[in-house]
Amino acid sequence: MDSPSHLAEILAAHAGREGALLPILHDVQAAFGCVTGEAEAAIAEALNLSRAEVHGVVSFYHDFRETADPRPHLQICRAEACQARGVEALMAAAQQAAGTRVALEAVYCLGLCAAGPAARVVGADVGEALHARLDAGSLTRLIEGL
Amino acid sequence: MRVRISNDAVAMACGGEAVAAAFAAAGCAVERVSGWGMHWLEPLVEIEGAKGWTGFGPVAPGDVPAILAGTSALGIGAVAEHPFITAQTRLTFMRAGRIRPLSLDDYAGTGGWQGLARARSLAPAEVVAAVIQSGLRGRGGAGFPAGIKWQKVANAFGGSAAGARKFIVCNADEGDSGTFADRMVMEGDPFALIEGMAIAAHAVGAGAGYIYLRSEYPHAIATMRAAIALAAERIAPFSVELRVGAGAYVCGEETALLNSIEGKRGVVRAKPPLPALQGLFGCPTVVNNVLTLAAVSHILREGGAADYAALGVGRSKGTMPVQLGGNIARGGLVEVPFGITLGELIHDFGGGTASGRPVKAAQVGGPLGAYMPPDQFHLPLDYEAFTAADALIGHAGVVVFDDTADMGRLARFAMEFCAVESCGKCTPCRIGSTRGVELIDRIRAGSTVDALASQPQIRNAPKAAPSRAADIALLEDLCDTMRGASLCALGGFTPYPVLSALKHWPEDFGGDFGA
Repeated sequence: MDSPSHLAEILAAHAGREGALLPILHDVQAAFGCVTGEAEAAIAEALNLSRAEVHGVVSFYHDFRETADPRPHLQICRAEACQARGVEALMAAAQQAAGTRVALEAVYCLGLCAAGPAARVVGADVGEALHARLDAGSLTRLIEGL
Repeated sequence: MRVRISNDAVAMACGGEAVAAAFAAAGCAVERVSGWGMHWLEPLVEIEGAKGWTGFGPVAPGDVPAILAGTSALGIGAVAEHPFITAQTRLTFMRAGRIRPLSLDDYAGTGGWQGLARARSLAPAEVVAAVIQSGLRGRGGAGFPAGIKWQKVANAFGGSAAGARKFIVCNADEGDSGTFADRMVMEGDPFALIEGMAIAAHAVGAGAGYIYLRSEYPHAIATMRAAIALAAERIAPFSVELRVGAGAYVCGEETALLNSIEGKRGVVRAKPPLPALQGLFGCPTVVNNVLTLAAVSHILREGGAADYAALGVGRSKGTMPVQLGGNIARGGLVEVPFGITLGELIHDFGGGTASGRPVKAAQVGGPLGAYMPPDQFHLPLDYEAFTAADALIGHAGVVVFDDTADMGRLARFAMEFCAVESCGKCTPCRIGSTRGVELIDRIRAGSTVDALASQPQIRNAPKAAPSRAADIALLEDLCDTMRGASLCALGGFTPYPVLSALKHWPEDFGGDFGA
């Protein structure tokens, strides 16, 4: 769970920065895998905001989670360009391969629109994060390898 | 032997890293360069030989020995001579495929910083005048004349007020499906964007700038971060800071984007006040798209504005980086002067569908753009011509669908997407989109009476099943309300894909609808 000293370090690193809330939330999410209620309270205190204001921001953005989910996360693009390349037909097999072990998320566009269907492993190193031209076989292998 | 392989996101996603490793293991000197924008050929590899550079693609690690032995069938000749490239007019993308993205030497050696040097030798008003002269319009979608926007910011506080804070904000929240030109600039030619921002800063008197980049683009984030650090000295006293988005599509709307940088929910602001007068932290702010700012670094070079204005048609001047995606044989980046027809883009550049089936529709301008049938493919790429046809160019993403596409389902998806991504501030978008999904479902299911509405407690709901015609009229009425009364383009433009699908493919909204 939260190590308070680490949270304090993140807050100190952003001290005095204008509009620091999103960068802080990104760092907190990266360090702890989520932004908990305690973290919200500490961030609110540091930025002289109300807890409600911080919670409002955390709950607005898809990227921030209120509870940690240690499973591997795979974002599969479900936007129009990947739909045109047949992503919807892959989803049943993908869900089956993922089961409850891998969290599949919908994402709306990874900018690989001429090479879909595309997916992104969240939290992976930049070099391994993206996968394109997926078909039922390669998507299943990708999910099983996470 | 020298080998060039792109390290942009498409090449990496298609396995470019493994191909690069295979060439390195074979003893080649591998250079990582920007992408050419020929996405059907990625990973695209260039080999230096006696007669210059030769391209091969798409390359898998197993193809490496044959390429090195000169027996590979994947060769496409010199990439710069490929018809896909020679038929384009690349200005914003003049360096695509040709430089190492983070090499200051490569950038300076290809005309980099000339625009900034010239701009700084001019008075700010002269820089604004050059941008107005070029005819450059905002490339993010709205098509507002960039120079006029800059003039407004330059003249804020009566044009004087030294010390008053102003900002340059680059909208790099490229969330539209079918668009990737911003990503290609940031991954392939990041200094061009930084130079454009520095020119804008000089023109309007801004001291600092922000790039708001979406979190779905990890490669662009890494490259831009490194580029900002490398260029800091060159653009001083102006400074640029990168801010990463958090997965909210609506933050591509400029006022939601400003709220997000300020650390707030990405909720749209009512306009006026315009961001040009009260933008980031309440200060006068230029908000421009990546492509707009990258074009500026070219326009401010000697003679650049006149060259730019000489291209294009009508009030759509210069070039547009069009992005071909979806079900297309040769997808990628096509920068051409305005005036080219949609049919030329899809068939001549794109080669039709990837599946080989007939084209059914093309969606132009992202998820808020109209679905256009092939009988509209004669339309020239021109802001006014598209507006007259109830369509929009937007960020010029073109997504192609073959004849297996279900346009009724795509219309439903447009409403559903709006419901998921609505910021919730205005009623037509927040509630209208959900009602739109329900209504399209009901039409497609055959306009049955709603289970909830048939309950005796719901006294004012009609108990008889609505006629299909009445439901269609209701959907059109809902779209009219969303279009006219939404605060921003999310709710306001969602009717475009819905109504265009309904108009051109009524048969996809349920069996006997056309009868």
